[in-house]
Amino acid sequence: MEIVRPQSRRNFLSSSSDAVSVPTIPLYRSAPSFEVRLEEFESFAIDRLRVLKGISDGMSRGKKPEEMENLVKDLWKVNMRHQDASEVLNKDIISHFALRLVYCRTEDLRKWFLSMESSLFRYRFRLLNAEAQRAVMEEFDLPYRAVSSVEFESIKEKLGQVARSTGQPSPTADAIFYKVPFEEVPELVAGRKVLISQGYAYVAMNQIVSLVATLFRSQLSKTLILTNRKWTSSVREQEKHRLTPIVEAMCASYLGPDYSQSRECADISLKDIDQVAKSSFPLCMRHLFEKLKEDHHLKHGGRMQLGLFLKGVGLNLDDALAFWRAEFSKRVGLEKFEKQYAYGIRHNFGKEGKRTDYSPYSCTKIISSTPGTGDHHGCPYRHFSEENLRAALSRMGVNSRAMEDVIDKARNRHYQLACTLTFEALHGMPCDAGINHPNQYFSDSRKILQSKATGYAICLVVRFVIILQPRVFWLLQKIAAAALLRLLVGAYTRGLRDNVVKSLCIFQSSSMEGVGILLVYHLGSLFERAARLDILCSIIFICVAKPLNRLYVNLGRCKMKSFKYKNVTLG
Amino acid sequence: MSFPLDISLSSRHFTCIPAFLGFPFRKSNSSFHFTVSVAKQMITQQEPDLNLNHLKLYYGLLLPVFSVPLFSVSKYHNLYCFELGLTSLQRFLFSFPQESCFLLPIYADGCLMATKYARLCYPCSFLKSVSFYAKHPGCDQSYMGRREFSFTLVDDIYLRFQSFNNAHELENSVKEKSPVKIDIGPVYSVDPAKRHAYAQSENNVFAPVERELIFDIDMTDYDDVRYCCSGADVCLVCWPLMTIAIKVIDTALRDDFGFKHVLWVYSGRRGVHCWVCDGKARRLSNEQRGAIADYFRVYKGNENSHKKVSLTGAALHPFLATSYTNVLKDYFEKNLLTGQNLLATEERYEKILSMIPDESIASELRGRWDDSRRSSSAKEDINVVRWEQLKQLLQSGKHKAQGLRRCVEEIVFSFTYPRLDMEVSKHMNHLLKAPFCVHPKTGRVCVPIDPNRCDEFDPTTVPTLSQLIEELNYEGSRSDVDGELNRTSLGHAITLFRSSFLQPLLKVCKEEIENSYNVKLQQSKNSLGW
Repeated sequence: MEIVRPQSRRNFLSSSSDAVSVPTIPLYRSAPSFEVRLEEFESFAIDRLRVLKGISDGMSRGKKPEEMENLVKDLWKVNMRHQDASEVLNKDIISHFALRLVYCRTEDLRKWFLSMESSLFRYRFRLLNAEAQRAVMEEFDLPYRAVSSVEFESIKEKLGQVARSTGQPSPTADAIFYKVPFEEVPELVAGRKVLISQGYAYVAMNQIVSLVATLFRSQLSKTLILTNRKWTSSVREQEKHRLTPIVEAMCASYLGPDYSQSRECADISLKDIDQVAKSSFPLCMRHLFEKLKEDHHLKHGGRMQLGLFLKGVGLNLDDALAFWRAEFSKRVGLEKFEKQYAYGIRHNFGKEGKRTDYSPYSCTKIISSTPGTGDHHGCPYRHFSEENLRAALSRMGVNSRAMEDVIDKARNRHYQLACTLTFEALHGMPCDAGINHPNQYFSDSRKILQSKATGYAICLVVRFVIILQPRVFWLLQKIAAAALLRLLVGAYTRGLRDNVVKSLCIFQSSSMEGVGILLVYHLGSLFERAARLDILCSIIFICVAKPLNRLYVNLGRCKMKSFKYKNVTLG
Repeated sequence: MSFPLDISLSSRHFTCIPAFLGFPFRKSNSSFHFTVSVAKQMITQQEPDLNLNHLKLYYGLLLPVFSVPLFSVSKYHNLYCFELGLTSLQRFLFSFPQESCFLLPIYADGCLMATKYARLCYPCSFLKSVSFYAKHPGCDQSYMGRREFSFTLVDDIYLRFQSFNNAHELENSVKEKSPVKIDIGPVYSVDPAKRHAYAQSENNVFAPVERELIFDIDMTDYDDVRYCCSGADVCLVCWPLMTIAIKVIDTALRDDFGFKHVLWVYSGRRGVHCWVCDGKARRLSNEQRGAIADYFRVYKGNENSHKKVSLTGAALHPFLATSYTNVLKDYFEKNLLTGQNLLATEERYEKILSMIPDESIASELRGRWDDSRRSSSAKEDINVVRWEQLKQLLQSGKHKAQGLRRCVEEIVFSFTYPRLDMEVSKHMNHLLKAPFCVHPKTGRVCVPIDPNRCDEFDPTTVPTLSQLIEELNYEGSRSDVDGELNRTSLGHAITLFRSSFLQPLLKVCKEEIENSYNVKLQQSKNSLGW
């Protein structure tokens, strides 16, 4: 492949030869003009994507900067090596530009790529030694000069104050400070980590990474838009048969599910929302929900967070309006609700104003929100005081042992892990994927609870059938069997195979094979009628895999044959 | 010409009556007579569809109507009149064609008022300078047309994304639509009124490009530290909280961030707005705005966390340190401590004691204060005495624990430090009420506040619209447009706005435009040379 760009990248080629000894970071100012093999294009891109994905995971786990630094170091070492040492830099550059093509195409993709690449750059920069850092800074061509000693003396005291406020030792006379416009270092300004005077921030040498990373970010942000323009105007058409398929396939798997449309399984109606809130809402939503019930009011941030979550849960617009109306009208009156608040709810559903269908907030967004006085939104693990968090957790029913773990995680700022632990404690099931989204919490919780409920129901019916058997109430038994069948079919289609197998096992062990056979037969014919060969197959697989009676298997086989499918082989 | 009716009116609401009846009344003291038949005759002549029932209805409505404060200006059938009520019937009744009524001076004034309203509401947004220098070749002609305005009409109808090419268009629209509130939004990349046309194209170019840096401080956010009022109410006891906010933020904006054109405006009811209009401030990105807002953010509490302010580190950041020594400490000790009676009752001092991390000190103080309640010496103010005790105990040498060192500061910060509405400052496309608007609920004009003399500002004496109308009525002679309002109680505010904010800003804008124009000229000259 050849990416043709007017600007050559002479810079990189020349610098790469003499800078092999000092590892440095390219600034990706212009695309390389050399040829790249298509396989390399793809494999390099995937390698870099692994790194970025790793960073994204690390950040959502709430890792601290030092931990992130090590993480990035490892990720980079594992994924971005190349057997040919001289090719490492090229791999870096090629993979970056390949991913730039992949991630330039929509606003969301750009945002993700921008933030991941910037963090990658930041941590790689931090890993460099002072000399290499200076080299990178020179390449940025920063117009800023170090503060002169005269000026330093005049502000020395204040610089010392700032340093002590961030827990650093006071600067000595030979410390280097850069005087830069405060707009260039928003991160340091936001944390009050620098002295600001007359529009200039005094940035210490060890803070320079923030300045460089901001520059890198803004530069990348601009070029991403240019790349997008280029992509839509010409490259996409030209590369229709070569690059476009690769590019379009690559980004899909890395964005996480979109919860703006509710799942089919999670249709919640208004009447059981109270009960569902108790059992399946994550703490942040449960707290908002309870506060709403208590105060009959929520401030804007809370309305947004809970409202969009409920939308994701499957509350439709009418139900949502009814829900909010019922609460708010108790406090502000019906008229005021219709005037002031109903608009916002319709707006969330994309029925007013800009008409965007808003998606529910993710954990990252909720964690980074800044609730103020009177606000109840935000992430409880982050924004609650420890006492309040304890109280809230015990109200949820978390036992004291799990509580300590949760509190510990929250204290160490692993908010999502704390939430995951809460989930596990409440559901008695491991949650391997971790909690990344309140709606994910909800749907996972629903899944587990439903499977538990169905399992319970099946057990009950099975017991009932077993009790009835010696009394030969044939009719009753038949009815019970029919009920059981319906339950099993429901459970099966919802993916709760274990329950089905368990009940079959019970029948076998309780010398009630007759009923078991009947069930398998009915199940079989039901799926046969529905032409769900796949499900039928898996039933047979289960029968084979589990130590079940040959009879079941034979029965299943027999059903199978009636399908007259040629290519079905039983493993 | 039959039965005269006697209607008493409070003097502040008299203005519409003469217009309706066509009597050349000016200021009337308390009562006057009119005849229904005259009114009826007039109405049926002009509006044949209108029957006596309406009139009766009107008569019935008369008193309730006039108990509503005047707040907006409307134009109907070429007549400007003050709109009082909220229903369409009322609006209709006040909207007779010009010929049917004698146009009274008050209406001419009203008309002027509308003009004023239009004229005064936007200068802070740089628009005036643009229209002012529009003839200058270096000026961006489309600038004003890309600015979003948003009107709120009666009955909470919002009109967003209005745009106007010049002051005249804006003025006409204000008169026509008679908004109760005008908000100013950002300058977009394209005319916001035509945003849908641009949204059709593949890459949506419709985005805000410039916006003043704004801050909104609202008294409701202080509800947990003031005991005099709550919610939307303010009084002179809690207003110092706003004074503190103005002082702290204004100093930091000027000294730290180097901004020069900072305008503080009373929001009309319970808070203040701040507009930073420097070129640099207008071009900040959302991220940079967020950074500045975070720089000012100390108060991190929400309803569920215990400690609202936590100051860590061996020293305070210089900005916080100077705010503390120059403003917060004095106001806390001299003003709020006694004004709000922060330590007077058990419930209140418990709140402060709960902020002390060391339980032994807290219980020691509690013990002392419980005793002192019984043996109240009443010589000195109890709040001051207790505060001194607390300070002495916490700052005395024997308690050197890390958490305690900052405790006094933390308490002072919790009770005094400004609390910004973060979201307003963070995003470019947030709307903010224009200065010189009239607050729809209180009728008070959103006047600028002089940050150097903000101690003297009293929200309860800010002129209301009805008061201004009255003053204008008294004035009578209207020689020139500018002089008119200056003679009212708004005069001071206008002078302040012009001299301390608008003129310096215009000067800088003019220089900016001329400089960039010269540079451009220079460039084009150079490129022409061989």
